[in-house]
Amino acid sequence: MFRGKPVEIRTAPHLKRPQGVDEIMRNVVYALLPIAGFSVWQFGISSLALIVTTTLVAMLTERLFSHLSGRGNTLKDWSVVITGILLALTLPPGFPLWMAAVAAFVAVALGKALFGGLGYNVMNPALVGRAFVQAAFPVAITTWTPAFAPGRFTEFVPSTLTLPFMKPNPVGEWIVGLNIDGFTGATPLAMQKFQHIFVSTTDLFLGGVVGSSGEAPALLILLGGLYLAARRMLDWRIPVGVFAGAAAVVLPLWLYDSFTYPSPLFVWFSGGLMLGAWFMASDMIASPVTPLGAFVYGALIGVLTVVIRLFGGLSEGVMYAILLANAASPLIASITQPRVYGQARRQGGRA
Amino acid sequence: MMRLLNLFRRHKTFSHGGIHPLEYKERTAGLAIRRLPFAPRIVVPLAQHKGAPAVPLVTVGQQVVRGEPIAGADGHVSVPMHAPATGRIAAIDLWPTAEGPKAPAIVIEVSQAANQAVLYDEPVDILALSREEIVQAVKDAGLVGLGGAAFPSHVKLAAPPDKPIRTLLINGCECEPYLTCDHRVMLEKTEALLHGIRIVMHATGAERALIGVEDNKMDAVRAIADKLADDGPISVHAVEAKYPQGAEKMLIESLLGEQIPEGGLPLDLGVAVYNVGTLAQMGELLPLGRGLIERVVTVSGPAVVHPGNYLVPIGTPVGFLLQQVGADAAANEVILGGPMMGMTVASLDVPVTKGVSGIVVYAAGDADQQPRTVYPCIKCSRCVEVCPMHLNPSMLGQLAQKREYGRMEQEHHLSQCFECGCCAYVCPSNIPLTQYFRIAKAINRETPAVAV
Repeated sequence: MFRGKPVEIRTAPHLKRPQGVDEIMRNVVYALLPIAGFSVWQFGISSLALIVTTTLVAMLTERLFSHLSGRGNTLKDWSVVITGILLALTLPPGFPLWMAAVAAFVAVALGKALFGGLGYNVMNPALVGRAFVQAAFPVAITTWTPAFAPGRFTEFVPSTLTLPFMKPNPVGEWIVGLNIDGFTGATPLAMQKFQHIFVSTTDLFLGGVVGSSGEAPALLILLGGLYLAARRMLDWRIPVGVFAGAAAVVLPLWLYDSFTYPSPLFVWFSGGLMLGAWFMASDMIASPVTPLGAFVYGALIGVLTVVIRLFGGLSEGVMYAILLANAASPLIASITQPRVYGQARRQGGRA
Repeated sequence: MMRLLNLFRRHKTFSHGGIHPLEYKERTAGLAIRRLPFAPRIVVPLAQHKGAPAVPLVTVGQQVVRGEPIAGADGHVSVPMHAPATGRIAAIDLWPTAEGPKAPAIVIEVSQAANQAVLYDEPVDILALSREEIVQAVKDAGLVGLGGAAFPSHVKLAAPPDKPIRTLLINGCECEPYLTCDHRVMLEKTEALLHGIRIVMHATGAERALIGVEDNKMDAVRAIADKLADDGPISVHAVEAKYPQGAEKMLIESLLGEQIPEGGLPLDLGVAVYNVGTLAQMGELLPLGRGLIERVVTVSGPAVVHPGNYLVPIGTPVGFLLQQVGADAAANEVILGGPMMGMTVASLDVPVTKGVSGIVVYAAGDADQQPRTVYPCIKCSRCVEVCPMHLNPSMLGQLAQKREYGRMEQEHHLSQCFECGCCAYVCPSNIPLTQYFRIAKAINRETPAVAV
């Protein structure tokens, strides 16, 4: 009777929530744009060139490896754009562009493509790239230039335009030439660690202090992060875990000796903790999938960050804290599996 | 009064997971149940229920009258079939089924001249019968779970003496999008439903019966509440409208606050769960001594011109039904059941069976028909958040890709998955998780080492 009329066969469920990976990744990029914009306003064309360089190189690297591995064009999932922008935000604004390009290549090639691309990276690719240049170019990556320098929209920081494979152009004379009062080139964290000078939390919160391109405006980071959390594109448990973990270590110390040790608020808003907690620790792929695991993982990052900052040789520890926690995340996930329905109530029997 | 207060409380629900897909119920929820013309040919598969297929009692060429038994139950977990229409047995042959393979079915050439009156009835005072007699009467009526599971109803009635049924749950959730047949049954056949509940309470000795209805059907809650005594053993409760509220395990947790132990049955908690449609049919058929020959089916979906809730004779070919509702031309995907758990048919010759609660039809090019890129799992944990069984679909999916089906069962409780589809629904990577799990379970069933 109805033979010959073709119908399609599909498997249930036949409905689908439309939001896909590309949409999530695109929204993370949107959330990062205000931070990048602030960075450009604060540090001028050097910062812009840095962001453009890392993003373009990251995209080219992704395209190269997706071509080599025959997986089609993986740029469409937008994830590599996040890596590019995030990487730029973790570097000093006057970082030589050729070194930034190396960092971006390493981030995508070693941090992502080597493991199999999107979904398979063990660690946050942007931080892998940054860790590489931290080891390779230790001087350049700790050379800080002043924010809101006059003429920042017309001239580059001298070191930005260093020729490939050359030592960075010195910036000392250029900074002196800018004639900015009291600029020492030390970040708030370094000042706290080595000189016991605390920058006010308000300055940290509203931006304008010395640091990496994306470190300063804690307020903007918070807004972007909250936007993603509200749209459920970011697991709020991770940043909450980070802040809780950091506070848990630093609060007793601060109460004990508030001259030597920073306050929890200072710890939260200084350095890369804000950006790291909201945008790097929360990298879905390298964080545990279980809800409890997300807390544990976040807290581990918070604790490690403070331990490195206060007791390690470096003034900043967010990057290594996140990378370590990334490595621990499969283990954390495996010991925090959800309790399956009907498991703990085995002995039940009454209705 | 207590019941009225309940209406204003935040409604109960299960403890973890669940989703809120668009309901699409508004097109049919207000439409009263209607009959359609009889199809010229009706096909009654012998295996429409869980358990052993029925055995034909008729021969080819024989005349049958509407309501006459045409196949008998084969053992305890089996039910008889009744002729859904007056006509002539044209064939007993293999016929396409929704599950895929062809299966034996009785084909009836419907007599166009007959008035299609049901002549087979034997009125009884059902509540005067003994438990055993009621169980037999339910079996003779060919009743199965009409919510979709199609499990023989009498088997659940005959609980073992060491596990008595104390509480009866009546499932009026209807959480699948598009479906409104249970909603209409609760509104239009309230008396029959309550009578069915009394029959089951009588047969099982249950002390109380709780009717659970999703709070998007408050008119049904009120219709039932109006007919109940405030302090009687039967009560109606609104539960949160959240998919899969109508799953047995979820509804038990929502209403009773208890979880069925892993691998256990509702009976372990002294509970039996029945669908409202089943009990309404029971309340209607048993006093008359009739068999199940028709059921209410919601026909809806973007490709349907005249959606509605139709009283359809069992065995009506899907294609005929689609012609009647103006969906035959555009039909590209035809789902039996709801869009979350239903099955697409490979052929429009597939008949409506006892477990079919809805037919959802999509046209080519509908939004839900678009192909989607599958990305690798990004561990976003959405599937973990929505899984009502609190499994870890992300991990299960990765194991399935590696074909580690045994580990899926042994370490991650695969068999607890009831394929509600929440994980695949939310997955931003468009991974067909539910399908992976179906395959894994099918393979595990054939692998003795991991069989549960």
